[in-house]
Amino acid sequence: MEQVQNIMKKPKSLISLGVNTQDARISLTYFTTSFATLLIGGILGLIQGLERAGLYQLPQGFNYYQVLSAHGLLLLVVFTATFTIGYQLANLSYAFGGLLPGVRKMVWTGIFLKLAGVILTVTMIALNEASVLYTFYPPLAAHPLFYVGLVILVLGIWSVCLAVFINYRHWRKEHPGQTTPILSFFAMGVFILWFFASLGVTIEVFMIIPWVLGITETINVMVTRTLFWWFGHTLVNIWYIVAISAWYIIVPKIIGGRHFNEKLIRLVVILLVILNIPGGFHHQIVDPGISLTIKFLHVFMSLSIAVPSLMTAFAMFYVMEKAGRKKGGQGLFGWFRKLPWGDVRFLAPMIAMIAFIPGGAGGIVNTSNQMNQVIHNTMWVVGHFHLTVGVSVVLTFFGICYWLIPHLSKRQLTQRMNKIGIIQTWIWTAGMAIMAGSMHIAGLIGDPRRTSDTTYGGSDIALSWLSYEYIFAIGAALLFAGVIIQVFAVFHMMFFAPKGHTEYPVALPEEDQPAVPMWTERWGLWSILLIAVVAMAYVIPIVDMIVNAPPGSPPFRTW
Amino acid sequence: MGKVEEIWMIASVSFLIIFMVIVGYQTFALSMGPPSNKEIIDPQKVDQTEPFKDPGLVDLGNNKFEVVMTLETFNFNPGDIEVPVGSEVEFIMTSKDVSHGIQIPGTNVNAMVLPGHIQKISQTFNESGEYLILCNEYCGIGHQAMYTTITVK
Repeated sequence: MEQVQNIMKKPKSLISLGVNTQDARISLTYFTTSFATLLIGGILGLIQGLERAGLYQLPQGFNYYQVLSAHGLLLLVVFTATFTIGYQLANLSYAFGGLLPGVRKMVWTGIFLKLAGVILTVTMIALNEASVLYTFYPPLAAHPLFYVGLVILVLGIWSVCLAVFINYRHWRKEHPGQTTPILSFFAMGVFILWFFASLGVTIEVFMIIPWVLGITETINVMVTRTLFWWFGHTLVNIWYIVAISAWYIIVPKIIGGRHFNEKLIRLVVILLVILNIPGGFHHQIVDPGISLTIKFLHVFMSLSIAVPSLMTAFAMFYVMEKAGRKKGGQGLFGWFRKLPWGDVRFLAPMIAMIAFIPGGAGGIVNTSNQMNQVIHNTMWVVGHFHLTVGVSVVLTFFGICYWLIPHLSKRQLTQRMNKIGIIQTWIWTAGMAIMAGSMHIAGLIGDPRRTSDTTYGGSDIALSWLSYEYIFAIGAALLFAGVIIQVFAVFHMMFFAPKGHTEYPVALPEEDQPAVPMWTERWGLWSILLIAVVAMAYVIPIVDMIVNAPPGSPPFRTW
Repeated sequence: MGKVEEIWMIASVSFLIIFMVIVGYQTFALSMGPPSNKEIIDPQKVDQTEPFKDPGLVDLGNNKFEVVMTLETFNFNPGDIEVPVGSEVEFIMTSKDVSHGIQIPGTNVNAMVLPGHIQKISQTFNESGEYLILCNEYCGIGHQAMYTTITVK
């Protein structure tokens, strides 16, 4: 024990314990859940693609909206969330040389709560008691147990959040005067944002439960929508911070480079945490009941996220160019060819980063007043989040699997598995390019999202969407093949790959870097600033929505 | 931080500011802001409340029209509207049940219509033809069947 503590007192760059075995079991359990969910969510995605194009009809007793509700919930709230927890806990265990025993218990509790919540909500969807989609906008009213499931799910997430906060605080107490390892700093950002993001939806669900039980008669529709997006959009930005933790710290090591200036990295994390939550308002740009002035303020608040994102783009190209030149890359773009394109641990996150260029540009369209009106609730939006979450985030996650899972299972990443990973990455890229690309175009010419059949009695303009919908289906089929390969790869590396050691690729800072400033560790202050920004964004509109509220709405079941 | 980094940061922030100036100018000077009407209504008494007691097309003269419209699962009322070429049509809408959306593909008409709120959006139809009006917010099992037309001739 004393030895371990001595190691922990050394500068963090010298720790190379890897992930503690007990912690590895936790992460692997989360990954098992995650990829089992991906498989189910992927099947549901394929079904939708085919049904929408009119190539397949669901069997009696099931409907498109039910499948869509499950697809959205499973992939957005379960697959990405469980992957995030598994990966972030591994990072923490690596950075801190193991989690605290009490923290482990909380994290195990977290997964059981999360699973119980998911099983309850998904059962309600399967029984057709909750075909309310991912957004479950009141006055659509699902079965009360659907909402109870959501509460249990959130409790599971809070238990992990709390565990991370405790472990982080403990490390800081044990290491006075030191800044935390950068990977744990990212984890802190992720869970702080997650905690505050889930407050909005929790309040919403606690408004809904008495209403669906008949204790309250009506509900304020605008307030619930607004609270939903407080959470709903922040969620995707949580995945984004998780993804950039790999871009900043893991990718540079894989390409044989060093990570960017840590002060700037920390600044990006802090900005993303503080500025993120009000971004949700741009989902309500064409809503009634919110004034133009407030909407304009929110265009600014949503767009401010672009600044840390542009800083990230700069940093990544800087790091890659430097690594490429060190390997002998000449001329303006010679360094680009020197990057390890044949290494799936690089290729997957690299394509993810490239996808964020059009993804981010599309996001600017979505957040701005007038352009939002052109694309609101069209397939454009679906194309947008399949590009951002489906590529920028998910391909980064897939890339992480190829080193993290064998590391945790004490196995090797074989040449063969690397090749499978490369093939998977290209299939995924092609599938998403085809599907998200055609969705963007179809959306621009008016094809609405979340609609099982868009023929509208043979209207001319609706017919012009049909060829794109066939293309969605082709993309969806490729993506399904990608899901199968990825799930195979994950479980193969977990249970069947040859025993051995796989490196945990963590980049070091460049030499002669100044010390990382201690002020970056002031998480209390960042949380207060987060709350201040949320207050600026939400107090005026929500008070207005409550004070000037119309009589509320009773529950409806329209499916 | 290096000089290039500084230039990049300044460029990023300037880009944001220029963008906001353009969006702001279009919103407030050119009145191109998104539909944001703030009137409210009792969603359970839409049929008894003016002007929704009597939904329909109102000719205001001078090629101006008003469509007083209720949205409910899975219907637009009135449906199959007809207006002459060059008409400026203001849609005044509310929902009688859940959240709906109105979209007229090929135009910029795209707005949320929520219970308890009266939404307004205007469009000038300069080209003749049959335009599709559809609901673009999921409202239930028959959502895909919630559409009608506006014919311009």
